[in-house]
Amino acid sequence: MGGYIIKRGASLILTLFAASFLVFAVTEFSPSNVARKTLGPFALQSQVDILYEKLGLQDPLAVRYTRWLGVLLGLKADPLQDPALGLQFKDPRGDKYFGNFGYSTLYKAPVNDVIWSRLKATAALAGIAFALIVPLSLLFGVLAGMREGSGLDRTISVFGIIATSVPEFASGVFLVAFFVVTLGWLPGTSPLDSGGGWPIWSQMILPVTVLVLYDAGYVVRMVRGSMAEVMNKAYIRTAVLKGLPMRDVVVRHAVRNAMIAPFTVILLQINFLISGVVVTEMVFAYPGFGRMILDASLFGDIALIEAATLIALTIAILTQLVSDVGYAVLNPQIRLA
Amino acid sequence: MSAPPAPDGLLVLDHVKVEYVSSVGAVTAIPDLSITIRAGESYGLVGESGCGKSTLLMAIMGYLGPTGRIANGRIVFDGADVSAADPASLARIRGRGCSIVYQDPNAALNPTLTIGKQLIEVPMLHEGVDAKTARAKARQILTDVHLPDPDAVLDRYPHQLSGGQKQRVVIAMALLANPKLLLLDEPTTGLDVTVEAAVLDLVNELREKYGTTLLYISHNLGVIAKVCDRVGVMYLGDLVEEAPVHELFANPRHPYTRRLLACVPRLDTDKHTTTFLPIPGQPPSLAGRPRGCSFGPRCAGFDAPRCGVAPIPEEPAGPGHGVRCVRWRELDQFEKTDAEHVAPATPGVEQVMRSADLSKVYDLGNAFMGFGSSRQLIANEDLSFQANKGEILAIVGESGSGKSTFARILAGLQDASAGKLMVLGDDLSRMPAHKRTLEQLAAVQMVFQNPDATLNPSHTAGFSIGRALKKFGIAQSRKDLDARVKELFGMVRLSPHLARQRPGRLSGGQKQRVAIARAFAGDPKLLVADEPVSALDVSVQAAIVNLLLQIQARNGATIVFISHDLALVRHLADRVVVMYLGRVMEMGPVSSIFSPPYHPYTEALLAAVPVPDPTVKQKHLRLEGEPPSPINVPLGCRFAARCPRKLGPVCDETPPPEQAAPDGHMIACHIPVAVLARVTPIFQRVQTPAGAANPS
Amino acid sequence: MSATIDNAAAAPLTAPVDKAPPSLLRRLPQSRVAMVGLGLIIFWVALATLAPLLPLDPPNKQDLMALADPRPSARHWLGTDFKGRDILSRLIWGARTVLSVAPLAALAAYLVGCPLGLAAGYYGGKVDTIISRISDIILSFPIIILYVILIANIGPSALNIVLAVVLTAAPGIARIVRGLTLEQRHLDYIAAAQLRRESALYIMFIELLPNCRGPLITDFCLRVGYTIITIGILGFLGLGLPPPDPDWGTMVKEGTAMISVRPHMSLFPSIAIVSLILGFNLLADGVRELSLRD
Repeated sequence: MGGYIIKRGASLILTLFAASFLVFAVTEFSPSNVARKTLGPFALQSQVDILYEKLGLQDPLAVRYTRWLGVLLGLKADPLQDPALGLQFKDPRGDKYFGNFGYSTLYKAPVNDVIWSRLKATAALAGIAFALIVPLSLLFGVLAGMREGSGLDRTISVFGIIATSVPEFASGVFLVAFFVVTLGWLPGTSPLDSGGGWPIWSQMILPVTVLVLYDAGYVVRMVRGSMAEVMNKAYIRTAVLKGLPMRDVVVRHAVRNAMIAPFTVILLQINFLISGVVVTEMVFAYPGFGRMILDASLFGDIALIEAATLIALTIAILTQLVSDVGYAVLNPQIRLA
Repeated sequence: MSAPPAPDGLLVLDHVKVEYVSSVGAVTAIPDLSITIRAGESYGLVGESGCGKSTLLMAIMGYLGPTGRIANGRIVFDGADVSAADPASLARIRGRGCSIVYQDPNAALNPTLTIGKQLIEVPMLHEGVDAKTARAKARQILTDVHLPDPDAVLDRYPHQLSGGQKQRVVIAMALLANPKLLLLDEPTTGLDVTVEAAVLDLVNELREKYGTTLLYISHNLGVIAKVCDRVGVMYLGDLVEEAPVHELFANPRHPYTRRLLACVPRLDTDKHTTTFLPIPGQPPSLAGRPRGCSFGPRCAGFDAPRCGVAPIPEEPAGPGHGVRCVRWRELDQFEKTDAEHVAPATPGVEQVMRSADLSKVYDLGNAFMGFGSSRQLIANEDLSFQANKGEILAIVGESGSGKSTFARILAGLQDASAGKLMVLGDDLSRMPAHKRTLEQLAAVQMVFQNPDATLNPSHTAGFSIGRALKKFGIAQSRKDLDARVKELFGMVRLSPHLARQRPGRLSGGQKQRVAIARAFAGDPKLLVADEPVSALDVSVQAAIVNLLLQIQARNGATIVFISHDLALVRHLADRVVVMYLGRVMEMGPVSSIFSPPYHPYTEALLAAVPVPDPTVKQKHLRLEGEPPSPINVPLGCRFAARCPRKLGPVCDETPPPEQAAPDGHMIACHIPVAVLARVTPIFQRVQTPAGAANPS
Repeated sequence: MSATIDNAAAAPLTAPVDKAPPSLLRRLPQSRVAMVGLGLIIFWVALATLAPLLPLDPPNKQDLMALADPRPSARHWLGTDFKGRDILSRLIWGARTVLSVAPLAALAAYLVGCPLGLAAGYYGGKVDTIISRISDIILSFPIIILYVILIANIGPSALNIVLAVVLTAAPGIARIVRGLTLEQRHLDYIAAAQLRRESALYIMFIELLPNCRGPLITDFCLRVGYTIITIGILGFLGLGLPPPDPDWGTMVKEGTAMISVRPHMSLFPSIAIVSLILGFNLLADGVRELSLRD
C-alpha cells in the first residue's frame, strides 16, 4: 500500500510536469504575443520590444519553461515584478517563494490573490452538485437496473438519455426562460451578492440544477447498465434460489457489485463537473474559477492559465487516485500494487 | 414417466410444458414431460447441450426468468405445487425444501462477499437463528464437506479458493438448510478429473449421511453411472428413455440412447477394434421441432407413418424401464451396433518430432524494484519424447501440467527456454512462427480447443482457409482457391456452401471441422491438436474423432493430441505421455499406460476417470490436497507432495530416475518398476445385478 | 487427401444451425429508440442538404423591418435575431456546418485513435506503455479547459476545431480499441493467423479491428453527439466559427443577452442543438441494445 501511494504520487508529479509543459507550449507558442498582451493594445511597439527582451522571450521554449518552473518552485524571482520594468506589479508575498504562480496580467494582481477565492466559489457550486448527483444517480440507476426492461427502467433510461443530450448552456436557457422569465421565481444571474434582492441560496439553485441534470443523466445510465449486468450474474441466481427476498438480494448481493464499474465513472464526473462549471458560470455570470479560466484564455493571461490548469489537473488526478483506492476497497479481487 | 404420482414421490413432474415467450412468439423448450422422483433416490438426467435439462431444473426452482413460463402441467414438490406457488411459499421451498449446486462455482459465488457471509445468511433466513449460531453451523458444514481449516475459509473471498474448494463451498451452501431435494447441475464440469472424483465421492457420502434425494444433471454418462440409481435420457425437451442405471447402460432401448452410448469412449476398446457411431445431422432448433418423434429426422429407423405424425407415447420396456419409441422392439433391425470400421493409420518408424530436454520458464518479474528473489514459473521441464510418422502421441495431464505450453511451443506460438525440439530435421525450439519458413509453418499446424474462438467472427468460414492456401503458395487464382476450399470442406464432410457463412451460423462441431480443414490446408506433416473435442457434445466429439482418424489414415500425418480425457486417449492414441506440473511422469505405448505397472500419479488419474459403465468397478484411490502451484516447485519429484505411495524424504529431495519398463515404457519414480507392477488393475468388472439382467 | 471419404455414419452436414442475426444495419428498424434517433438526424441532414433550394432568406440578410418586432411571424417562422436575421434560415444553414464538422472531426479522431489503440493492444510492452501514458495525461485534463486553451490560442476555424477534437478524443478511442484488442489478442483465430505468418498490420486491421465494430459504432454516434455539444459550447463561449456565418452555439450566446425580453432568440437554437444531439444519443443507445441482443 505504501509503495502504491509513492508510485501514484510520482506519476501525479510526472503528469503535472508533462501537462504544464503542454499548456506552456500551446500558450507561449508565439512569445511576441506575451509581451503585447502584458502591456495591452495601446502600448507602443518599442515598449513591447523592450519587454520582450527583458523577459527573455527570445529564449527557446525549454529555457522559458524552466524559468517559469523556477518561479513556481521559489528558486527564481518573478521577472514581471522587476521594478526596472516599470510595470508596478507587486506581490505582498515577495517575488520569490514556493508556489509563486506569477502575476496575472488580466487582473493586474498576483495569481494567488485572484485564484483562491474564485476556486472557493466554484468548489461550493460543484460540491453541492456532486453531493446531489451521487445519491440521485445511485438511487435511480439501481431502481432501473434492478428489473431490466420494466416500465420504470424504460422511463428512467429515456430521461437519462434526454438529460445527457442537453448541454449545460441549453438547459440554462430552458430553465431561465421558464423559472426566471416566465415565472419570475428565481434570479437569472448568480453574482453571489445579495445586492439584486435575491438571497445567495436562491442564486445557487439554477446553476446547481444545470450541473446535476447533465451529469446525473450520464451516471444514472452507467449505474443502470452495471446493475442490469449484475442482476444477470449466476451469483444473483444463487442468492435468489437460496430463498432470499428480493430486497435482500438487491441490497446485499447486487448493489456492491454493481457499484464497482461505475465507481470510477462517478469520480471522473469531477473532471466533467470542472468542464461543466466553465459553461454554467458563463450562463449565470457566476464569479468562479471556470469563468476565470475562460477570461484568462481569451486574454492570454499565461500565468493564470498555467495556475488554473495545474490546480484543475491536480484535482482531477487526485480524484483518480481516490477512485483507484475506492475501487480496490469495493472489489476484493483487486490488490493495489 | 407418465406413471400416476406415487405416494412417495418427493418431486412429481406431471405433463410439464415449458415455453419461452419472445416478441416473435412462444418457443416450446419442453413439450410434455413427466418424471416422478421418490424420496431418497438419486435420479440422473442425461442429455446433450440444448436438450432442456437446465430449463427443467430452473422450472423446478420456479426461476424461469421473465420470458419463461410453465404453460401446462404441474410441478409438485413435497405436496406443494411449485408452478402455482406465490413468492412467499416459493421462497420457503427454495433453499429449505430444495436447493441447487451449480455448474460453475466461480460464477455461483458472490465475488465481493466472504464465504462466511454468504453461508450464514442461509440459516439466518430459514431457521431464524442469530449470526453466531449460523456461523457455527456454517463452520460445521464446511467440515462436513472436508474443507481444511474451515475457520479460515469462512473469512476468505471466493477468488482465494481453488475451483474444487469453491464447488465444495457451493455444496455446503446447498446443504446448509437441510434440503429434502438437492439439484445438481453439472457440478463437476470444468473440474480436473481427480477433483471431480473427490467431489462425486463427497456427493455420495453426504447423500448417505443426510438421506438427501438427488436430481443430478449431466452430459457425462460416466458421472451419471457413478452417482445415480435411475436415469432419464432427454432429447430436445423430451424424456426419451428412463430406466434403472444398470438396465439403461446394459439394454438401451431408444435409438438415441444407444447411439449416445456408442459415442462414448470406453477403456476396454480402442480405434483398432471399434469405431464410434455418431448421430447423423444435428439437433433442430427448438422452433423447428419436428412432428411426431423429436429424434425422427436423425434416426436410422424413421418410418414416417408411425414416427412422424403424433407425439410418441411412452411404452414399458421392462421393470421400471420406459421408452418413447414406437419401434423399440425392432431396434436391432435398423440400428447398427458398430459403424463400418475404418482401419487407422499405421505408425511408421520415421521420426517426425523429437524433443530433447525441452524446458519453458516464465519469468514473473521481481518482487519490488529488484529486491527479493525473482519468481519463475516452470511450465515445462526436461521434456524428452518423440513421435513417428503416422503416429498419434497423446499428452495427458490435468490443468497446470504444461501440456498446452508444449503444444504452443511446437506450433510456434511460443519459444522454449532451453532444450531442443527437432521437427523433420530442424530445431524449432526457439523458432516462433514469425521466424519459421513457410514450409516449416505449413508442416506443423494446430487445431485449437475452443470452437467459438477458432474462427474470426467477422470473416466467413472459408476465409482463413483461403488465406492459408494463398500464404502457403498452394493456390493463387480465385478459381483455384475456391476449388481447393471446396475440396477441403469435402474432406471434413461439410457442405461447400458453408464456406460463405460466418461462424455465427455454424455449430460447434462445424466450426471445429472448419478448423481441421484450415490446419490441413498446407498438407501438414504434424498436427498439434490441443483438446480439439473437449468443448463438444459427446456425439459431436465422436464424429470429429472419427474424422481425424480417417484423414490421418489417408495422409499419414503425425498427430500430437493434447487431452485431459483418458478414455478418449485410450481410444485414439498410439503412445501416451503423462505430465504433471511440467514434467513427464510416465510414457509408453497406450496399452502399457492403462495396465500395471502404473506411475502412482497415473494410477490415481485412472482411478478417478468416470467410467460410463456401472458394471465396472474402479479401485478407490484419491489424491489429497490441491496440485501445488507451478511457481514454487518441489526439488525432487513434482508429485511427491500428493503421492499416496511416497517413500520418504528421497522423493522430496531427489528427482526420480527414469526407469525403463518393457515395450519402451518409461516410469519416472523412485519405486522400482517391479514393485509398481505388483498392484491390482484399476478397472474390474463386477457381476451385473439381477434386476438389470437382459430380458431378451 | 483430395477426395472425400464416404461413410454413411457421418453424412455431410449441410444445414447451418439457428439463424444468426442479420447485420446490425438491417436490424435497426427493430429498435424504436434507434429509429427515433435516426429520424431526428435525417430531419436535420435533409434540411441542411436542401438549404439552397428552400424558400429562405439568406442567413446573413438583415430584415430591418423585423427589428421592431423580432417575434415569430408568417414572414419569419421562428422570428429574427437581434440584427433582424431570420432564425430559421440561420439554423438550417448552421446545421450544414455542424453536420459536416462534427462527424468529420469524430472520423479524424478515429483515424488517429484506432491505429494507436490497435498497436498498444497488439504489441503490448513498451509501445503500450508509451501510448497509454500519453493518453492518460491528455485524458486527465478537464476537457473543456483544454479546448478553451487550444482554441483561444490557435483561433476558431473549422480545421482547428477538428484538430482540437482529434487531440482530445483520440486518446479515448485508443483506450477503447486497446481494451477490445486485448480481449481478442489471445484468441485462437489470432494464433491461427500467426501460424500462417500474417503480418502485424494484417492482423491488426483485418483480424482484430472488424471485431471491434459493435462498440465502436456506438461510441462513434456518442462521440458525434459529444462533438456537437463541444462545438456548441465553443460557440457559446465566444470561440465559435467567425461571424457572420451562422453557428448554433454563437446564436444561443447572442440570444441569451436578450433572454428576458426575447426568449425565442435563444430558445430555438437551443432546441435545435438538443434535438440533433438527442438524435445521435438515441441512435447510439439503440445500436448498443441491438448489439447486446445477439
